[in-house]
Amino acid sequence: MTGPLYRADPPTMRLAVEAEGLTLLYHRPSGMTHVLGPPAPELLTALAEGPADAAEIVRRLRQHHDLQDDAGIEAVVAARLDELEAAGLVSRA
Amino acid sequence: MRHGLSLGVGPVGFRIGSAWPGPIAALRGLYAGYPEAEDGIADFTVRLEPNRPWRRWIRPSIAIGGDHRLPEAAPLALAHGLLAAEMGMNLQMALGLRRYLLLHASAVERDGRALVMTGASGAGKSTLAALLGERGWRLLGDEFVLVDLAGGGLHPFPRAVSLKNAAITLLEAEAPPERFGPVLEETPKGRIRHLRPRAEAIHRMAEPAVPALILFPRYGYDKALRPVGAAEAFVRLTQASTNYVSLGEAGFRALTGLVTANPACAIDYPDTDGAIDLVETLWANLDA
Amino acid sequence: MGESGRVSGAALLARLLADPAQAPGIDRRAWTGILAAARAEQLIGTLAWRLEGLPLPDRACAILRDARDGAAQARQAALWEAEMARRALAGLAVPVVLLKGTAFVAAGLSAGVGRAIGDLDILVRRHDLPAVEAALLGAGWEWVKEDDYDDLYYRRWMHELPPLIHRTRDRMIDVHHTILPPTARPTPDAAALVDASIPLENGLRILCPEDMVIHAAAHLLADGDLAGGLRNLWDIDRLLREFMAEPGFWARLEERAGRHQLRAPLARALRLTERLYATPVDADLAGPARPADALYVRRLLARDGWGRGTRRATRLAFYVRSHWLRMPPAMLARHLWIKLRKG
Repeated sequence: MTGPLYRADPPTMRLAVEAEGLTLLYHRPSGMTHVLGPPAPELLTALAEGPADAAEIVRRLRQHHDLQDDAGIEAVVAARLDELEAAGLVSRA
Repeated sequence: MRHGLSLGVGPVGFRIGSAWPGPIAALRGLYAGYPEAEDGIADFTVRLEPNRPWRRWIRPSIAIGGDHRLPEAAPLALAHGLLAAEMGMNLQMALGLRRYLLLHASAVERDGRALVMTGASGAGKSTLAALLGERGWRLLGDEFVLVDLAGGGLHPFPRAVSLKNAAITLLEAEAPPERFGPVLEETPKGRIRHLRPRAEAIHRMAEPAVPALILFPRYGYDKALRPVGAAEAFVRLTQASTNYVSLGEAGFRALTGLVTANPACAIDYPDTDGAIDLVETLWANLDA
Repeated sequence: MGESGRVSGAALLARLLADPAQAPGIDRRAWTGILAAARAEQLIGTLAWRLEGLPLPDRACAILRDARDGAAQARQAALWEAEMARRALAGLAVPVVLLKGTAFVAAGLSAGVGRAIGDLDILVRRHDLPAVEAALLGAGWEWVKEDDYDDLYYRRWMHELPPLIHRTRDRMIDVHHTILPPTARPTPDAAALVDASIPLENGLRILCPEDMVIHAAAHLLADGDLAGGLRNLWDIDRLLREFMAEPGFWARLEERAGRHQLRAPLARALRLTERLYATPVDADLAGPARPADALYVRRLLARDGWGRGTRRATRLAFYVRSHWLRMPPAMLARHLWIKLRKG
């Protein structure tokens, strides 16, 4: 059962500055600035490979990060994707 | 408009027009020694006018107009013309300035490096800057800090300092009477008196400074000091800027540059002498 | 060159827009007044692009460059609002037509160059309104209504939903179902506007060229008090110059104007733009000059070099007229009465 498919703009559409574990992010298409905490920046990076649903994103994240073997992770990712969508940083593919 | 004045403050030129001669005369007195708008072409226009024709003569009151305006703003008494002009200029800067990142902050300079102070109204940034400006520092500005979008330097905007209530007495003890404007009683912001910066600050108004330290002062609390991280400083400074959003990428680069290159501290202080001590100590320890 | 002493404010602004070549000859002292008038008329970005590259005093160049940057920012923000509206409404599969400034920049029209853009205006079919309203509310927009009476006023008597503002982005969207209030006298054919609309690459739509011109004319003359009229008229000038290159344009324009019952406002708009901006217009469609044209010109140019509105009596006359156009007299009386009572 796959969830909704999300896409993000290519990384060149964003400017990121790291500061104390937070990411100050400028999104070029919208001209908006966001302050993101983990895992939001990691989700955006994961979508650079192409559109994906929450489950696929978790798989991509496991390749680069040490994630707990936790069934709840997908729900967390889905919730963050919802927030990123409201902020305009990701959209439905 | 019947009466007018051309005024240059830092890199910004104003054309100020008034339906009454009083405010213009007061401005000329307060801003003695300032240049006119460069080349006679003003960046912004401020109009001091009656909001009904009869208000020119009957219980005269000043509505503040200009390139940018706040339609619901209440008019001011004619006696408060200087305050009306100040508010008018502030409004044009806040709503219209694009050439620099505008921060609602004060700044002073020593040895080419600048201290930036920002915080809520009444937190003391204007008073502290004015005091430091009388004690060996060069006043860059008491209300606005202009950050260069390309290089990150700070451009002076040394307008006449707006002192309120207790701060008036404080500065009257430090600066000579000829640099003060008239006392304005019972304005919407309380008792106000304007102070023209020292001649050096005016002569050097085209000379930028490199930022070195950012402070978030809070007046009226027990002495305390806390370092502020870059992310927090960034967020607080976006809230202190009226034009950050409209500058897009250039604004982001300038502001992230400012907070990542310079330390920031929150300081609480019970009185201004205590604050000055804190400031001088922090400044001395900058390169330590 | 010496003429700039006599001509000032909006009149000088209109002249420079129409004929930028006059700008290098302008007396240095006139620039502050030109810029103030341009700002007041929301035309400084437009002026800045018209004068780009011309030899002007340094300060004027710097100020105009800032204006171009400001317009670029406004354009980006407007296109983003349109994109967020598109995302919110994509699932409904209904036609969504962009209007006014946002449409001009989305379509890359010359009318969009340097244009100041405020709210996002979209046109949808009347029977799609409830679904559109629900989708926007679900995507973070909320009402800006003051009370139930205003809400009723907007829904029943105006041609749009009550204003919506986005909760986090703080930008407004106006959702129209026709281009003039249903209570106003001319009754445009709203369905035809949507039917003839043209799709953009992203799926949003714009009015067809003729309808775009007619909408601008309606907006200028039949819906408002001509505040901001110089800018609206400039839109019309730019749209006409761009579209008249297509063969058959004037004939189609006449046909559409007839269908929307807007021949008279269109004709007047053509005469006014010819007078102020020297737009080459079709003489038959424009018709002979009418005495009231001079009054319109007077209203359009009622701005001095300090940015103040001048000619108070003329402006008041047009303000009253604009309300009279939106509502039949009995409704107008009731509306004003209730407004007065609420204080």
